[in-house]
Amino acid sequence: MALIETCNLEKRYDVGESVVRALDDVSVRIRAGEFVSVMGPSGSGKSTFMNMIGCLDVPSAGRYLLDGIDTGLLGPDELAEIRNRKIGFVFQGFNLLARTTALENVQVPLLYSAQRPKDFRDRAVSALKLLGLENRLDHHPNQLSGGQQQRVAIARALVNDAPLLLADEPTGNLDTKTGIEIMELFVRLNEEKKITIVLVTHEADIAACSRRIIRFLDGRIVSDQVN
Amino acid sequence: MKINLASTIKISLRALRVNKMRSALTMLGIIIGVAAVITMLAVGKGARTKIAEQISAVGSNLIIVLPGSTTAGGIRLASGSFQNLTRADADAIRNECSAVQTTAPVLNGGVQVVYGNQNWATTVYGTDENMLEVRDWTLAAGRNFYEQEIRSAAKVCILGQTVAESLFGNDDPLDKAIRIKKVAFTVIGVLNTKGQSMIGMDQDDIIYVPVTSAQRNLFGRWFAGSIRTIMVKAVNTQALERAEDQIRELLRQRHRLAPGQEDDFTVRNLTQMMQMAEQASKVMALLLAAVAGVSLLVGGIGIMNIMLVSVTERTREIGIRMAVGAKTWDIRTQFIIEALILSLIGGLIGVLLGIAAARMLSFFAEWTVSFSLVSILISFGFSGIVGIFFGFYPAYKASLMNPIDALRHE
Ligand SMILES: Nc1ncnc2c1ncn2[C@@H]1O[C@H](COP(=O)(O)OP(=O)(O)OP(=O)(O)O)[C@@H](O)[C@H]1O
Ligand SMILES: [Mg+2]
Repeated sequence: MALIETCNLEKRYDVGESVVRALDDVSVRIRAGEFVSVMGPSGSGKSTFMNMIGCLDVPSAGRYLLDGIDTGLLGPDELAEIRNRKIGFVFQGFNLLARTTALENVQVPLLYSAQRPKDFRDRAVSALKLLGLENRLDHHPNQLSGGQQQRVAIARALVNDAPLLLADEPTGNLDTKTGIEIMELFVRLNEEKKITIVLVTHEADIAACSRRIIRFLDGRIVSDQVN
Repeated sequence: MKINLASTIKISLRALRVNKMRSALTMLGIIIGVAAVITMLAVGKGARTKIAEQISAVGSNLIIVLPGSTTAGGIRLASGSFQNLTRADADAIRNECSAVQTTAPVLNGGVQVVYGNQNWATTVYGTDENMLEVRDWTLAAGRNFYEQEIRSAAKVCILGQTVAESLFGNDDPLDKAIRIKKVAFTVIGVLNTKGQSMIGMDQDDIIYVPVTSAQRNLFGRWFAGSIRTIMVKAVNTQALERAEDQIRELLRQRHRLAPGQEDDFTVRNLTQMMQMAEQASKVMALLLAAVAGVSLLVGGIGIMNIMLVSVTERTREIGIRMAVGAKTWDIRTQFIIEALILSLIGGLIGVLLGIAAARMLSFFAEWTVSFSLVSILISFGFSGIVGIFFGFYPAYKASLMNPIDALRHE
């Protein structure tokens, strides 16, 4: 059974008179353990797709089954729980809490989990260590470089040990070397922990790390090929 | 319910610290509201306590009978012009009215008293041995009149505290002779202190002498046996009205008034009058507290206003929290707790300020104030309720947001 299955997914935006089809008839299946890259020009609907499969947004039409569950039938609290337990999401714009330290930012998903708080700090620290930020624990986002903020956002997505990692241009702000290090981390997570990864990227050598590439154009999938 | 409280409180405190001035101003509304409630309750309760004290000081279940009728317009003719109440009337009321516990006659007047080289102007009340019972008054020293002293018009007297202190200072007044209108009276007792009356008169500025002696030695122009007032103590509060009716009926009979003829005396129920005063002060206190409550309400609206602003400002934060798993309840509790912290800190400061303000009133304006732990807890609790109530809508609004829209908020 597929972990992610979308059927004729569609997302329309009415802007004034015109209608924007950010997603148009998107049907795709991603099995557990896959490592998928999503590519396409700017405005082609990649982020919209990621938001949709990350249970952050709801489609205008079509269905989305996550782990066999039709998410269209779930209420806001059930979706929140899925986001918390099953999905780690790296936003294109980082979306870190201002005036909050890196360490606390990474702990936020844990606060909303049903787990006991005693090891929250340790888990957040080890997630930040994984991304090489062990000496930036108490920095606020505005005291971090763009690449460091991006890595805090990745640490936050990893802290809950979610089986699905969705990353919207996770290396966009990183130099090539750091970008490749992050990609090596993702590959390792995918191989060792069997974490399913879907990531958006513009760079071919980043996409080359994955096993499958889905290309978007004007809200449609134009190619879906195994690497 | 899964989000842990400690971190929620930490988040809220941080949010409130970010806008220190704004948080302080919002709290100010609650501070003023709670302080006003506390002060007004203290002042109101103080006034009631004072009136209650006065009622018990006058003597409870008291009725007074005065000579002369109340005219249709409610104006009583000068009582000095009537001498139609007698000691016999007082005795008859005591003996024949079942609702009456006891009575005491009063024949009073202002006098000058002298002891050694000390001089004092006061009021002498000619009465009998029942007066202390009528007025629920006890002796600090010495004894009450003997019945025999009333009959024989003995020149003995009982002093109020003020008179005793003015004439004798620290000396023992008992068995000393004082001169009332140049007539020597022996002090046989000293009364305990009663304090001020409701109209602010010093009730301890008083001398009791046998009514017979007063008539014979001090107020000679009064006919023997006629008196100025009869003080009546009813058996209990419920019996007051019955006692009044019985007294009226008995006196009409004794004064041989034909049916339809107007009373030649007036019966007044002191307790009722004071209970009315107490009622009035209760209403007043409630009104004050209501006004104060309104200001607390306004403070609450201030909280709601700021929380709404805060929710709008922090839309992105809400979106981020929702995106990583915060549920409706988590977002809601966070904002409610924030409102609650605002209102409870405000409430705490308000309680302290209110107590201080009431203390100042009692110190500078000499108002009687009285705090009760209950009223303080209630106003503090009420500030918490205000916080929850007015925090709820903004929190509810925040919790209904859709994560993606909240994240895109500018
Ligand atoms: N809230 C919205 N209202 C109207 N149109 C929107 C909205 N969000 C996205 N769109 C439109 O949907 C289309 C797809 O947007 P999306 O963010 O998915 O692009 P993208 O592929 O992620 O682009 P990029 O590579 O620049 O991030 C765009 O044309 C955009 O204008
Ligand atoms: Mg995008």
